[in-house]
Amino acid sequence: MRNLETSTEKAPKPKKEKEPVVEWLLAAGHRACSGCGEALGAKLVMDAAGPNTYVATATGCLEVFSTPYPESAWRMPWIHSLFENSAAVASGIEASLIAQGRDKDVNIIAQGGDGGTADIGIGCLSGMLERGHNILYVCYDNEAYMNTGVQRSGLTPFDARTSTSPSGKLSWGNKTNKKDLPAIAAAHHIPYVATATVGYPNDLMAKVKKALSIRGPKYIQVHVPCPLGWIHPSDMTIEVAKLAVLTGLIPIYEMENGVVTKVRKIGKNRRPAEEYLKVQGRFRHLFAKGADAEEELEKIRQIAEANIKRFGLV
Amino acid sequence: MRKFIEGSMAVAEAVKLCRPHVISAYPITPQTHIVEHLSQMVADGEVNAQFINVESEFGAASVVLGASAAGGRAFSATTSQGLLLMGEVIFNIAGLRLPVVITVANRSISAPINIWNDHSDAMAIRDAGWIMLFAEDNQEAHDMHLQAYKIGETPEISLPVMINMDGFILTHAFEGVDVISQEEADSFLPPFKPAVHLDVKNPVTMGVLAEPQWYMEARCRMQEALYESRPVIKQAARDFKGKFGRWYGDVIDTYRIDGAETVFVAMGSLIGTLKDAVDDLRGKGEKVGLLKIRCFRPFPGQEIAEALKNTRRVAIMEKAFSLGASGILGDEIKAALYATPYRPEISTFFIGLGGRDIPKSSIVNVYNQVKAKQQNNVFVDLKTELVK
Amino acid sequence: MARPIGTYSKPGSSKANKTGSWRTEKPVFLHDKCTDCRICVIVCPDGIIFGADKIYDPDYDYCKGCGICAKECPVDDIKMVPEVR
Ligand SMILES: Cc1ncc(C[n+]2csc(CCOP(=O)(O)OP(=O)(O)O)c2C)c(N)n1
Ligand code: SF4
Ligand code: SF4
Ligand SMILES: [Mg+2]
Repeated sequence: MRNLETSTEKAPKPKKEKEPVVEWLLAAGHRACSGCGEALGAKLVMDAAGPNTYVATATGCLEVFSTPYPESAWRMPWIHSLFENSAAVASGIEASLIAQGRDKDVNIIAQGGDGGTADIGIGCLSGMLERGHNILYVCYDNEAYMNTGVQRSGLTPFDARTSTSPSGKLSWGNKTNKKDLPAIAAAHHIPYVATATVGYPNDLMAKVKKALSIRGPKYIQVHVPCPLGWIHPSDMTIEVAKLAVLTGLIPIYEMENGVVTKVRKIGKNRRPAEEYLKVQGRFRHLFAKGADAEEELEKIRQIAEANIKRFGLV
Repeated sequence: MRKFIEGSMAVAEAVKLCRPHVISAYPITPQTHIVEHLSQMVADGEVNAQFINVESEFGAASVVLGASAAGGRAFSATTSQGLLLMGEVIFNIAGLRLPVVITVANRSISAPINIWNDHSDAMAIRDAGWIMLFAEDNQEAHDMHLQAYKIGETPEISLPVMINMDGFILTHAFEGVDVISQEEADSFLPPFKPAVHLDVKNPVTMGVLAEPQWYMEARCRMQEALYESRPVIKQAARDFKGKFGRWYGDVIDTYRIDGAETVFVAMGSLIGTLKDAVDDLRGKGEKVGLLKIRCFRPFPGQEIAEALKNTRRVAIMEKAFSLGASGILGDEIKAALYATPYRPEISTFFIGLGGRDIPKSSIVNVYNQVKAKQQNNVFVDLKTELVK
Repeated sequence: MARPIGTYSKPGSSKANKTGSWRTEKPVFLHDKCTDCRICVIVCPDGIIFGADKIYDPDYDYCKGCGICAKECPVDDIKMVPEVR
C-alpha cells in the first residue's frame, strides 16, 4: 500500500494468495483508540513521506499509543523527546545530518498534536520556521489535549465542550475561536503552508509529497477527528472530518510564499453548521431548547460564513 | 601553543578542537562570550559546524539533543536562568543517553536577579543524570572539554557531560593558556561513534514510553552507567596527563593533605584561593590541606572518604545550598563518611553566593572558626545587621 | 553497546500487540460489489486491510472493529457483524 497516491490507482494483479503484503510505514499493533483520526493521519503522512524520513514527534496520543516499550509502530528512524520541542529536535537532526554529509535524499518531519504545536510548542515551532530548516512540520489537529483527557487547547473550536472548558450554567464551552496557526506559520515567510484533513486522504498525501518536494520549512495542519474526545461513533471519523470541511468550519487550502494558491471549494455541497455539530457529543449542549442556544449556534454559523468569505469556498 | 586569552576563548578554542557537528546556544551573561567566539569561528570557517541560533535555551538544548541523536557531536553552553529553562531537556538528554557536552558558566539564580558567580544553577539540576565536572582554572576548563567528549562518548557510558566553570571569575579572566593543537587533539579524541543513532539505513525508535514494568530498570541502568563512568573519568585524566603532561586530579584531587588536621573541601575556582590560603597557613605551621571535588556527579564518595580518613576536621565550603535543608556537598560527604569508620568533625560553610568576594582573610576566618569548634551551615561574611 | 533498557525500540515491533482482541464488531468483506476503489485500504486507521483485484480483507489479528471501512465503502460491500468469540 506504500506510496498509494490516489484511490483509483490499480494495484498489480497477482493471484490473491500470492499478493505480497506491503505494509504501511506506521505498523499495526499500536494502541490508538478504535477509529482514531490521528492514527489515520500519521499513517497517511508517513507513507506519503516514505522510508527515507527522519521523524521527531511531540508527546501526546500519537507518541503514547505508538511507542510503549519495547514496542514501536514506527518503521523509520523516529525520536520522541518532550511535549514542546519536536520542531527544535528536528532542527538539530537536520543540522547534524548536514554536518555529517548525510542529508541527501532524506526527509525530515517534525510532528505533534494541536497542543504540542499551537500552545506549548509554538516557541520551538517559530524558531524552526524562522531559521529556514528543510523540515516539514505536521500538526495533527484533534482540537484538544486528548492524551491527558480532552482539555482545551488554542485550536479547540468555539463552544466545544472539553474537560477544562465545560458547558454549565454560565458557560457554553470553549470561549475562544481556533488560533489561526497556518497564518502564523505563513507569517514566517515560509514557502509552503497547507491545511488538510483525514476526510480527504489523497489530498493529504499529495500535500505531504508536494511539501517534501519544496526546500525550506513547511507547515501542514491536518484535521483529525478523535472519537473519544469529540464523542462520536468510531465509524464516523471520515464522515465527521468531511462535514467539518463541507460546513466551512475547517477550510482546506494551500499557501505558497504567503499567498493562498488553492482552496478546496465546497460549492453546492455546502452543509449547514449544525450538521457537523450535532453528530458530536462535544457540541450537544448547543442543541438545548431556547433562544440562548440558538444565539450560540448563530455565532458558529458566522464563523463558517467568515471562512467561506475569506477563502472563497463556494 | 601558549596564548594569553579570555576564559571564554579558552573554551571556544577547546570546542573547536573537538570538531563538533552542531553548536547551539542562547546568549546569557556570563556565558555569552563563549558562543560569540564560537559563532565567529564558524563564520570564519575555522570550525566546520552548524551553528544554530535559537529562540531560547530550551530550544538550544533541544537542538543539541536532536543533533546528538542523529549521530553528531553536539555542544551548547549556558548558565543560571538559561540552565533552568533547559531543565526539562537536560533530564531528557541524559535519559536518552546522549553524550552531549554543555559548558555552564556558573551563576546564581534569580530572585533577586544577580548575574554573578555561585553554584546554585548546577546544583539545582544535579539529579538529572549528567556527569558533572568542575574546572579550577581556565587551563583545566580548556583541557576538560576534550576529556568530556571522550568520557561521555565511551559506548558503555553514553551520558552527557556538564563542564562547570565559575562565571566571570574564570569565563572573563585573561590568563595564559596552553592551547592544544588540532593534531594533538585528534590523537586524543577520536571521532564520535554513537552506540545507537537515528539512521534511515538502520531505523530505530528513540524516546519510548516506559510503563511501570520498565521504568525502574531504565533508571537503574543510568545509575549504573554513572557509577561505571568513574573509572572512565579517571582513565581520561591519566591519558590526558600521559599525552599533555597536565594533571588536575581525576574525580578528586588533594593538595598538601599529608598530615593535615584540617582539610578544606570545595569545587571550582575557589580551589585556587584555597591553595594560596593553605600555603600561607602551612607557612605559619598550621596543619591544613585541601580536597578538590573535580567530579560532582557521579559523586566520588569512596574517594572522598579515603582522602579524609586521617583528618580531624573538615571545612566544606559551598557556593550553593539546598534552601530549607542544608549544604549539598556537606550532606553528601557526611553520607559518604557514614558508610566508613572515619568520623572527622565536619563544618559546613556557604561562601561567595551571588558573586560575593572571597578574600584570603575570609578563609583564615573560617579556619579559626573550625579550629575553635564545629560549625554548621555558616554564611561566610554575612552582613548580620542586614538579616536581623 | 546493548541498547539501554527503556530507551530504544525496534521499528515496527508494535506488531507483537494483537489489537484484534479489542473488537466488539467485525467487518465482513463480501467480495461481491467491490469496484477496486481501495478506499477501505486507505481509510483504515490501523492500516491492516490488504488484497488486490477486488478481493480485500482485514487482518483480524489487528482489526479493532472501528467500522470506518464499512461506513466508507461506496458500494456497501463491507458489513459489520457482532464479534463472536
Ligand atoms: C511540559 C509538559 N506539560 C504537560 C504535559 C502533559 N501532556 C502530555 S500530552 C498533553 C496533551 C497533548 O495534546 P496534543 O498536543 O493536542 O496531542 P494529542 O494527545 O491531542 O494528540 C499534555 C498536556 C507534558 N507531557 N509536558
Ligand atoms: S484519544 Fe483520540 S487522538 Fe487519542 S488515540 Fe484515542 S481517538 Fe486517537
Ligand atoms: S473495522 Fe476499522 S480497523 Fe477493522 S479493517 Fe475496518 S477500518 Fe480497519
Ligand atoms: Mg490534540
